[in-house]
Parts: sequence; structure tokens; C-alpha cells
Amino acid sequence: MKVNPLKRGFLFLMGDEKRQRISIPLFAIVLSLLAGSVVLLILGKNPLVAFTSFLQGSGLLPKASYAGKKSMLTDFMSLVNAWTPMLFASLSVAVAFKSGLFNIGVSGQMLLSGLVATVTVGYSDLPAVVAKPLVVIIGMAVGAAVAALIGFLKHKWNINEVVSAIMLNYIFRYAGSFVIKYYLADPVSRQSKAINASARLSLMDTPVGDLKMEIPLGIVLALVAVVLVQFLFQKMRLGFEFRAIGANPKAARYVGINVGRNLVVTMALSGALAGLAGVTYYLGYYGSIQPDVLISTGFDAIAVSLLGNSNPIGIIFSSFLITVIDKGSTYMSSTVGVRQEISSLITGLILLFAACGAFFSYLINRSRQRARDALAQSTSAQGKGEQA
Amino acid sequence: MTILNTMIIDGLSFALPLFIMAIGGIYSERSGVTNLAIEGLQGMGAFSGALAATLVSGMFAAGSQAPMFIAMVFAMLGAMIYSLIHAVLCVKFKANQVISGVVINILATALTTFLTSQLNATVFGAPSNKFVLTTSTRFSVPGISQIPVVGAVFTNIYPFELVIVVVALVAWYVLYKTRFGMHLRACGDNPHAVDAAGVEVGRVRFGAVMVSGALSGLGGICFAYSISAQFSPSIYMGYGYLAIAALIFGNWQIMPTLGACLIFGLARSGGFALTQVLGLPSAFSDLFMTLPYLITLLLLIFFSKSNRAPRALGEIYDKGKR
Repeated sequence: MKVNPLKRGFLFLMGDEKRQRISIPLFAIVLSLLAGSVVLLILGKNPLVAFTSFLQGSGLLPKASYAGKKSMLTDFMSLVNAWTPMLFASLSVAVAFKSGLFNIGVSGQMLLSGLVATVTVGYSDLPAVVAKPLVVIIGMAVGAAVAALIGFLKHKWNINEVVSAIMLNYIFRYAGSFVIKYYLADPVSRQSKAINASARLSLMDTPVGDLKMEIPLGIVLALVAVVLVQFLFQKMRLGFEFRAIGANPKAARYVGINVGRNLVVTMALSGALAGLAGVTYYLGYYGSIQPDVLISTGFDAIAVSLLGNSNPIGIIFSSFLITVIDKGSTYMSSTVGVRQEISSLITGLILLFAACGAFFSYLINRSRQRARDALAQSTSAQGKGEQA
Repeated sequence: MTILNTMIIDGLSFALPLFIMAIGGIYSERSGVTNLAIEGLQGMGAFSGALAATLVSGMFAAGSQAPMFIAMVFAMLGAMIYSLIHAVLCVKFKANQVISGVVINILATALTTFLTSQLNATVFGAPSNKFVLTTSTRFSVPGISQIPVVGAVFTNIYPFELVIVVVALVAWYVLYKTRFGMHLRACGDNPHAVDAAGVEVGRVRFGAVMVSGALSGLGGICFAYSISAQFSPSIYMGYGYLAIAALIFGNWQIMPTLGACLIFGLARSGGFALTQVLGLPSAFSDLFMTLPYLITLLLLIFFSKSNRAPRALGEIYDKGKR
């Protein structure tokens, strides 16, 4: 039996199960970029120009010209500002996922922690050195409390965490809209009034040299969080227990791991990260909260985390990529003349193909096995031939 | 009096589309496939229907209701075709069903938003992010509608409400009284038994997800007609998730789910009515909108013993598993 050389090359590229952790997400990305290119070609646009524009728009490649006080660096800082909440949100999903839980309530937790931090600190006269850490702490506490409640409901009454999180999402969405519209609304923007600069986690329009840029302080925290989560899973007992429960809750119970308590602790950790995503989004990237909307970040984060294999390091790359596509879309739209909504389409496709990852892995491993069997068969047949 | 009537009329016109979406969810979940994709499916349905209505509207006289019925057919078709992705991912590709649902929703929002803008710009030559639909006529049943309170049920009915009632009756009959329905319900509780009886679990689940797609699409286009008379990205208001809340509230059974949808619908219209009567600012209606979700959550806590999800819900069917 002959194996098609193209197929053999592909199987070789995808590698064994260990390498597939990287190669399959990359394959998903390549597939969706190809699909995006097809759409662009149908519209009569040059995909290469479009993809270059994505990078230019997000400050990874230089643009042809810049407005005053703007440069590639300012674009990049703005990208990082948008990236921070996405990174936190994806980490939040990943922490829960390691214990086999879905935190589908990240958006709701983000909204509530952002709202509470806005109401308590956002409009206060506290100096920046007090206000900013306070915002971070409140965000973490609120997010952790909400998510711990979800974990507790599951532990105590066996209520599926997906269901209770969805209910809480909408409770916060509507209750939050009420608070914003009734107490905090700015008559012009119809959003909550802009918070004071002292409480904001991103320094906006900061003059640096002859440039004016955004400086997202949250990114430092986010990168520290990446390291801590990685450390938790690799080196700490608690992280090991999480993974044991995620792999097989029954076995974990038999070896004496307190599954119920761990459930609540995991969710609390995940919620704290979601809370950080909330404050870096609503009190960092934006300075106000829009009523009637549950942002998509929390839902996107589920798929982004999946794309990064729920691994903190992988998530750095996957969340960065998704943010680049999102942030670069405005510039892409202006250079290529395609609706900027195509960026969410490409993102959606990446996430769709990432969701097929397990299936790709299954197909590849089966083909590899077949190729190996065929090889073994042919060598043994050869051996027999020689014997005869 | 009139307030009470408006409350009933608006409550019903909201509850029925929600109900038909929830029935779709019941089909999918009773067969063992978790369906968080309802939100995306109803949006895709509303998009397909609105597109069809916009395309054919020129062929009919102004004010004709024919485009609306064509839109309903295409909404069901479009959402059903789109639901194939969920079916393939969950049944064939053995993907995680929650992730698949979330991804379907993300992709639906992206796809419909992009296509709406793009089609408006290139095909219809008008840059806009929505398809405007004709307003649906409403009718009252003569005689009965004059009865106080009860008559409100028969007053100012949208034609789609009748369609939904008929479809819901058929769906109820199929789920509880036919072989297919029995196989479907068994797939959600004990797929191995179904397999042993010689029925393909994968095929039944595939069918169930497609039914769910079609019914969600119908619900989506009805929302598009009743709430805003247009298709725009604002269709993704989370009503799909509300339908999921309703079916959990209804314990994965059709008749109790109808009750849940009616409660949700009346709570919503009642909230609007109460804000009006008490002269409260409109922001208070948001506060009333938390009620369905709060009630569902509390109900789950208090009735966690009697509330029972299908046993094999969310599990990938593995023939070799014991």
C-alpha cells in the first residue's frame, strides 16, 4: 500500500500527539486564513494586502503614514491595551477548564466587577496610588465571589455550572443596565459617566517623547498572572489536584482529594481572573460601561483558551492573535475596502476549526497508525519473500 | 383594564417565539446533545428569513403578507442548514458540545453581521447593517376577543403566533407519540439501549439537532417581525439563552416549558406595564427583566432533587463504553 507523499508530508508536519498540541491550533489558523482569503478573493480584494493591513493596523508592521503624535509604537500600545482583558479572560476560562469546569460566566463576572469597581472607586477622589490597586483588588474579589457561588451551587445542589453561569450573566446584564441608566448615565454618550483618570488602569494619551500613547498597566499584572497560573499547574499541589479532578473526578475522590472544596476554589480563582479582565476592560481599555450589552470577550475567551490548549503560554499567543485580528480590522477596512466585520468572521472561523481540534487529532493519529501498519506489513511481506 | 390587555397581548407575542425555540432545545437536549447554540441559530434564522423577505418583497404588492410567510420558511431552512455545523461537530467530530455551541454563536453573529453589511452594500446598493421588514398585520378573533381579560388572548394576534401553535402541537405529538420521538428521548437517557435496539444513535441525534435548528430559526424570524420589524445585529439579545432557561425551568418537558415561557413573557410585559403604571423611568423595566433568570436559578436550587436533566446529556456517544 502506497501512502500519498503529500499526505505523508502532512502527517510528518503534524507530528505525534505532543507536537499536535501546537501543530493543530496552527493548522486551524492556517485553514481559517485560507477561508478568509477565499472570501476576500470573491469580493475581488487581495488577501495579502488585507492580512498585511491587519498587522499594520495593530502596530506590528509600519503603516505608510501616521497622524501627528502617532507611530507604530502607539498602535502597538493600543493593541496591548485591548489584549490585556482578553488575556485575563482566557486565563480565567483555562483555570476552570483544567478542573473540567466551564466558566461561561466570564462576561457577567467582568461586567459586575467592572461595575462595582466603577461605583466604589471610579468616581472617588482617591489618589492614583490608592485608587488603582483598590480597583484591582475589588475586581478580583467581586469576580471571585460570583464564580465561587457558581462552584458552590454545583457542589451543594449539583446545579450545572454552565446553566447557573448563564442565568447570572443575564441577571448582571439587566441589573447592571438598570444601575447604569438610572444612576450613572452620561446624558450624551448614554453610557456610564467616564471614570476619573486616577482610577483608570490604562494611562491614556500620555506624552512619551513626541508621541501620545496609551500605557496599559494591566498587562504587567496579566503577564504575572500567566506565570503564576503556569506555576500553579506545574509545581503546586493545588494545581495538581485541579488537574486530577479535571482528568477523572471519581479517581480524584478515591485518592482523597476534596473535590467539592476544590470546585469552589477553582471557580474562585477563575472568577478572580475574570474580575481582572473586567476591570482592565471597563476601567482600563474603556473608561465607562455601556448598558444593555454583555460583551463577547467572555464567550470568545472560551474558544481562545481552547485554541491555546488551555495552557497559559499557549493562551498568550492565541489571545494575542485574536486581538490583532480584531484591532487591525479598522485599518484593514480602510486600506482594502472590505467591511471590518470580516475580522470577526475570520476569528469565528479560527475558533470553529479549533473546536474541531480533537477530530483532526483523531484523523491524524488514525492515518499515522495506518501508514505505520502499511509499512510494517510491507516489511514483513518483504521478509517473507526473502525467506521463500 | 387596557393595561392588563396589553400585558397579555405583548406577553403572548414574546412567549410564543421563545416557546418554539425552547421546544427545539428540548429536542436537541432530550436526544443528548447540549444546545447552547440556540442563540446563534435563531439569529441565523432571522437573517435568512429577512434576506428572503427583502429579495422577494418587490414581487408582491405593498402591504402583502406573503413575504412574511416566505421569510418563515427560509428562516427555518437557513437555521436548519446552519445547525448542521453543530450536528457535525457534536455527533461526528465528537467535539465538546458546550464549546461547539459557543463557537456556533460567535460565528453566527460574525457571519450574519458581515453578510448583512456586505449584501446591503454590494447587492442592494445601500450601506446599512440591517434588513428592514414589512410590519406584520395583526388580527383579532371576532366575538371571543370581546370577552374581558380572556379575550385579550385572541386580540391583536400576530399571524406567526398561529403558525407557532400549530408547529408546537406537531412537535409535541412527534416527541411523545411517535417511534422517532421515543428513540430520541431514549438517546438522551440511555443511548446504549437505543443502539442495542438497532437504531443509530448518531442519526437520531443528528435529526434532533436539525429540528432544533429549524425551530430556533422560526423563533428568530418571529422576534425579528414582532420586536423590531427588521433584522440587525441587535437580534442577539440573549433570547436564545432565555429559551434554554425556559426549558430547564420546564424540566425538559414541552408542556411545563410552555408554562415557563408564559411566565417569562408575562413577567416581561408585566414589568413594562408596571413601570408605566407606576410612572417609573424606563430603566426599571431592566430590573424586571432579571426576574425570569432569578426565578430559574432559585427554582434550580429549591427543586434540585426533582429537576432532572437527560442522563446522557452532553456525553459523546461511545459505543464501546460500559
